[in-house]
Amino acid sequence: MFTILEKRLLAENIYAMKVAAPRVARAALPGQFVIVRADALGERIPLTIADYDAAAGSVTIVIQTLGVSTRKICALEAGEALADFAGPLGRPSEFVHLPEEELRRRRFVFIGGGVGTAPVYPQVKWLHEHGVAADVIIGAKNASMLIYTEQMRAVAGNLHIATDDGSAGFKGLVTALLEELVAAGNRYDECVAIGPMIMMKFVALTTAKYGLKTTVSLNALMVDGTGMCGACRVTVGGRTRFTCVEGPEFDGHEVDFDEAMRRQGMYRTHEQRAAAIEAERAAGHQCRIGLDN
Amino acid sequence: MANKIPRVPVREQDPAIRATNFEEVCYGYDLQEATLEASRCLHCKNPRCVAACPVGLQIPDFVAALHEGRVAEAAAIIARDSSLPSICGRVCPQESQCEGACVLGIKGEAVAIGKLERFVGDWRLEHPEAVTVETAPPSGRRVAVVGSGPAGLACASDLAKAGHAVTVFEALHEVGGVLVYGIPEFRLPKERIVAREIEAVERLGVVFERDVIVGRTVTVSSLLDEEGFDAVFIGSGAGLPRFMGIEGENLNGVVSANEFLTRANLMHAYDARYDTPIHAGERVVVVGGGNVAMDAVRTARRLGAEATIVYRRGEAELPARAEEVHHAKEEGIRFRMLTNPVAVLGDERGWVRGVRCVEMTLGEPDESGRRSPVEKAGSEFELPCDVVVMALGTSPNPLIASTTAGLETTRRGCLVATDDGATTRAGVFAGGDAVTGAATVILAMGAGRRAARAIDAYLRAK
Repeated sequence: MFTILEKRLLAENIYAMKVAAPRVARAALPGQFVIVRADALGERIPLTIADYDAAAGSVTIVIQTLGVSTRKICALEAGEALADFAGPLGRPSEFVHLPEEELRRRRFVFIGGGVGTAPVYPQVKWLHEHGVAADVIIGAKNASMLIYTEQMRAVAGNLHIATDDGSAGFKGLVTALLEELVAAGNRYDECVAIGPMIMMKFVALTTAKYGLKTTVSLNALMVDGTGMCGACRVTVGGRTRFTCVEGPEFDGHEVDFDEAMRRQGMYRTHEQRAAAIEAERAAGHQCRIGLDN
Repeated sequence: MANKIPRVPVREQDPAIRATNFEEVCYGYDLQEATLEASRCLHCKNPRCVAACPVGLQIPDFVAALHEGRVAEAAAIIARDSSLPSICGRVCPQESQCEGACVLGIKGEAVAIGKLERFVGDWRLEHPEAVTVETAPPSGRRVAVVGSGPAGLACASDLAKAGHAVTVFEALHEVGGVLVYGIPEFRLPKERIVAREIEAVERLGVVFERDVIVGRTVTVSSLLDEEGFDAVFIGSGAGLPRFMGIEGENLNGVVSANEFLTRANLMHAYDARYDTPIHAGERVVVVGGGNVAMDAVRTARRLGAEATIVYRRGEAELPARAEEVHHAKEEGIRFRMLTNPVAVLGDERGWVRGVRCVEMTLGEPDESGRRSPVEKAGSEFELPCDVVVMALGTSPNPLIASTTAGLETTRRGCLVATDDGATTRAGVFAGGDAVTGAATVILAMGAGRRAARAIDAYLRAK
């Protein structure tokens, strides 16, 4: 059992939970995820890591209630425990392997959409700790749905906010804000986008115009998360890859997003479908490609 | 003469009923039936059954004890060579091992060795106190076992008996490996059999740590260098599913047998109390002819689907246990032999609507000795279905090899190890599917036990 040390409501239906998981905390690196099971009857679901503290033995996850399993997890309070918390899974972000000199020269722009902002944080924080100030764009439906802005501000170079309704920061989509930043003369070597599939798809389409290397983190369906089931199959550059062991980060210009979105819907109930549409809207998109599948 | 008695039939659940539930198909023998069946053994001077058993179980000896009603003695005889008799009695391919070699089988029916082993194993689970396990005094040495499947369980038991402190690391949330995620409840009951075999291992002092993925959460090196283990045994199995690489394989509705079975077995998706979903559809095609294919197709049938096996060779070449094929047929599974999928067909929403297949004929034997299938020209046809399960075999997970310096692998991704399990790195041993590629429970168990002996020798020499 893995005790929940702390629980916070970040925005409507979005919670942060700090969980006691010393082994995971010691091994975690930016870009990785965990598999969580609420109780003995629960599903194993993959969740991104939002923060980790090896010394304290804790790992923070951020969860949005979308269906039965996420609601079950979010219903647990501090002091209660998750049945399972396995990880860290997946490969760490490629940049953690870069030689320091090359890393310091690289100009990053991160884009976090909705709940996808949370896994952007440990990446930007890691870069900050390694002397790299990355630019960050956070997108949300409106000011009340923004998460991780203060934490991000502390570790980012420049922090930009985009909301659908303009209630905070730039009014419009993250892609429009990115275009504006580039038009204003900002130059980047790599874009890292994490958020709803549809957002990542359009970020990749946007950055392709600039020839800007783009890394996306896919939230595919999984059962075991260790390469056993193949539920997380995704086509990247025409080849089938397993998101859990070969990802979750891939070259955004190579990912077949339409297939990935269709596959995400394989076990989706009516209720989850509605929640997913809502989540994508919250991230600033009206497009519903793939969601009716 | 003893061998004039026909093989004692084993009671089974009615096929029409069992095709709608997940309870065990075979009820097994009771004491009277087991004693009678045991009386059929001829006690050959050169018991071919023993030679045909991968772990050299002293079959005539335990059968004799059973025949005379000394069940505890039979259990003790089996325990010398096998750690998991309740499991092996159920899942071993007896027809190609012990029973296949039985002299009685030449003119009639072999002794039902598997069913007798199962009877003794189950009896022992009911009477754990009946067989005393001798445990050596604590050696002060610690061994980490990676994976809690048949290889890991067997290795851990023997090491614990030899006095070593053993911790087993399991990546999933349940202990048992393929016994839990792969083999279905209707063939191998989880609570009644697997959990109790594991409890027996726990009683030896073996500690299980779940949710630890070696290669991610910890590494073989960190176990040796930071956590103070003196040796590591890798029994991580062959968990990576293969796909065909044909068009349409990523359509919604195409799953690996691993995914399909893990949802059903490990996650209990067939039980409404559990949250994990499973999609069986109305018509399921399972591609493959091994035990995993039979398990998947029979699971699909139990979930209410019309279920079909598509296999590129003929019925004689089916690698599955004969009993599973027989049970599958009884349950109404359709078999399309000499048929190979060439593409999965999808509808406008990206869901499976069928499989395009070709008919095959058998040509010359290949390196496996089986006649290799050849496509029949112009024989393409469409097989409508809404779910396709790929049961094409599995290969070892590269996670451990890729994160452990000094561990060599073969071209097929298997760990390089001697027959005693010694890998290319000192203090690191391996056995089971991680070394051989996908094989059987009994072979993995045997490899785990040989490695335990080698580890014991290594630790005592160290």
